[in-house]
Amino acid sequence: MGKTFKKPEALTDEHTHYCPGCTHGVIHRLVAEVIDELGIRGRTVGISPVGCAVLAYNYFSFDFQEAAHGRAPAMATGIKRVRPDLIVFTYQGDGDLASIGMGEIIHAANRGEKFTTIFVNNAVYGMTGGQMAPTTMPGQRTTTCPLGRNVEEVGMPIKMAELLSSLETRGYITRQTVIKPKYIIKAKEAIKKAFTYQLEGRCFSLVELVSTCPTNWGLTPVEAVKWAEETLLPYYKLGEYKTPE
Amino acid sequence: MGKILMKGNEAIGEAAIRAGCLNYFAYPITPQSEVSEYLSRRLPEIRGVFLQAESEVAVSYMIFGAAGCGERIFTTSSSPGISLMSEGLSYIASAQLPAVFVNIMRGGPGLGGILPSQGDYFQATKGGGHGDYRLFVMAPSSVQEAVEMVMKAFPLAEKYRNPVMILGDGLIGQMMEPIEFPENLRSEPTNKDQWATNGMATRNSDKPNIVKSLFLDPDELNDHNLLLKAKYERMKREDTKYEPYNLDADYKVLIVSYGTMSRVCRTAIDNMKAEGFEVGMIRPQTLFPFPEKAISDAASKQSCEVVACIEMSMGQMVEDVQRCVLGKRPVKWYGKCGGDVPTPEEVIYVVKSFLDKNKA
Repeated sequence: MGKTFKKPEALTDEHTHYCPGCTHGVIHRLVAEVIDELGIRGRTVGISPVGCAVLAYNYFSFDFQEAAHGRAPAMATGIKRVRPDLIVFTYQGDGDLASIGMGEIIHAANRGEKFTTIFVNNAVYGMTGGQMAPTTMPGQRTTTCPLGRNVEEVGMPIKMAELLSSLETRGYITRQTVIKPKYIIKAKEAIKKAFTYQLEGRCFSLVELVSTCPTNWGLTPVEAVKWAEETLLPYYKLGEYKTPE
Repeated sequence: MGKILMKGNEAIGEAAIRAGCLNYFAYPITPQSEVSEYLSRRLPEIRGVFLQAESEVAVSYMIFGAAGCGERIFTTSSSPGISLMSEGLSYIASAQLPAVFVNIMRGGPGLGGILPSQGDYFQATKGGGHGDYRLFVMAPSSVQEAVEMVMKAFPLAEKYRNPVMILGDGLIGQMMEPIEFPENLRSEPTNKDQWATNGMATRNSDKPNIVKSLFLDPDELNDHNLLLKAKYERMKREDTKYEPYNLDADYKVLIVSYGTMSRVCRTAIDNMKAEGFEVGMIRPQTLFPFPEKAISDAASKQSCEVVACIEMSMGQMVEDVQRCVLGKRPVKWYGKCGGDVPTPEEVIYVVKSFLDKNKA
């Protein structure tokens, strides 16, 4: 019997810089597995964000561009328009995509650009050290809202999957999570679907993944999973928000 | 092919196509929107790529993406739009991507006006965005020269793996002149397999290419900046361009002027020559690299008493001229930047007054 479980070819041997209990590693692996299964490594271009995943190109074994903060969807548009045969995805966090890059993601989605976005939502700015994000929960403490997010001052957290699915343009918009194994299987299915829609040239696709950030939440990895399940999932409801059918 | 009459903005769009670039992203802004209007019709005819972006910020990153995967790409805009692209220009320069930007300058600062100006000299030649980077900047003084500079910009951008900017003004964009597209300026894109993210299978490689601008290690970042600096020094050695005018005469005044303003100065110089008053001119065709030696030499001529920097800005080029003249001659300035182009009569008046004041 041969090997039944191995490291995807689309990942390098590098050790990641991610914190214990962070979900980036799981998500990287899921994306890599999908790229392997679809056999597209040789024509894939990833775009890393500004945020914890800025160095993602150290962990994936295919072409990568590194974006300015929030601009990955514009870069993906540029690549896809001049090289429609390439498979392009952006990998973005919540500060990157839902705050500074809001304009770029909405317009790319609305133009129906044929690329895929992996949107990692952990309700906080990671790399800059735990500041409030547009997705930070009401009452959630961060380094820039030490008393907890005050929705009277800064409004409610933005639900990107819902917002983007309101666009009339055809698209695939889904929200999944990777905080427990039972969710991971479904998350991978969604990622595969998103890349498949791109391969078929059908539509823009975005997979939002509710994630953990134990370091900036001030919790242990186990507590972080519990907090995400109890606090994030009731607000950021999982499901397929829009399909191109 | 004979000459055809074309508006500057449309000629600029067509010149990029004739140079071999079929990809264009842009955002509308006066006084250069005709480029987009022209290309929105023309590019689909030849299976090119035209896309109107949501903002100039997005344009600059669409350029980044397309250039990063090795395709020829260009955009056009005007002053406030270039401000928005300046973030992207910094990243593009750091990631060493070849791309062509055209700035059809209008009056500033802020919304300013929509008439011709040269108020973006600092922005174009000194940075604009953050960090130590330079653009290769060319300044056309006619529609024909704009065409030729656009066509030359693509191989130059590829030679240096650096963004090239054509710094025109509203008049270059808006006026119609007879032009031709020199066939010999069409160029083949260079092979970019060494660095472009064009897909590993495209280049039969198993080694990923990474296009990036982050260098967290201080030594690595310093080395990166030294590498960029070496390119900028090479630009100075190999591709500085200027046009001398009436420098054989024993001129008392040396004018330094570029773009539309230099054409007015040329008329003024001809008129003064007819009355027996000699004035010479250096017209920088590249603003970065700046024709330092040419200006230094011309200012050192024994007959030369004054150097006059004449531009449609409040004297942004004066500092560059001063560092070439090195105090050997007084450097005077005249200019306007409300949108009116100074007339030859005004130039003659100020040139003579510079000389009188110098004697007084």
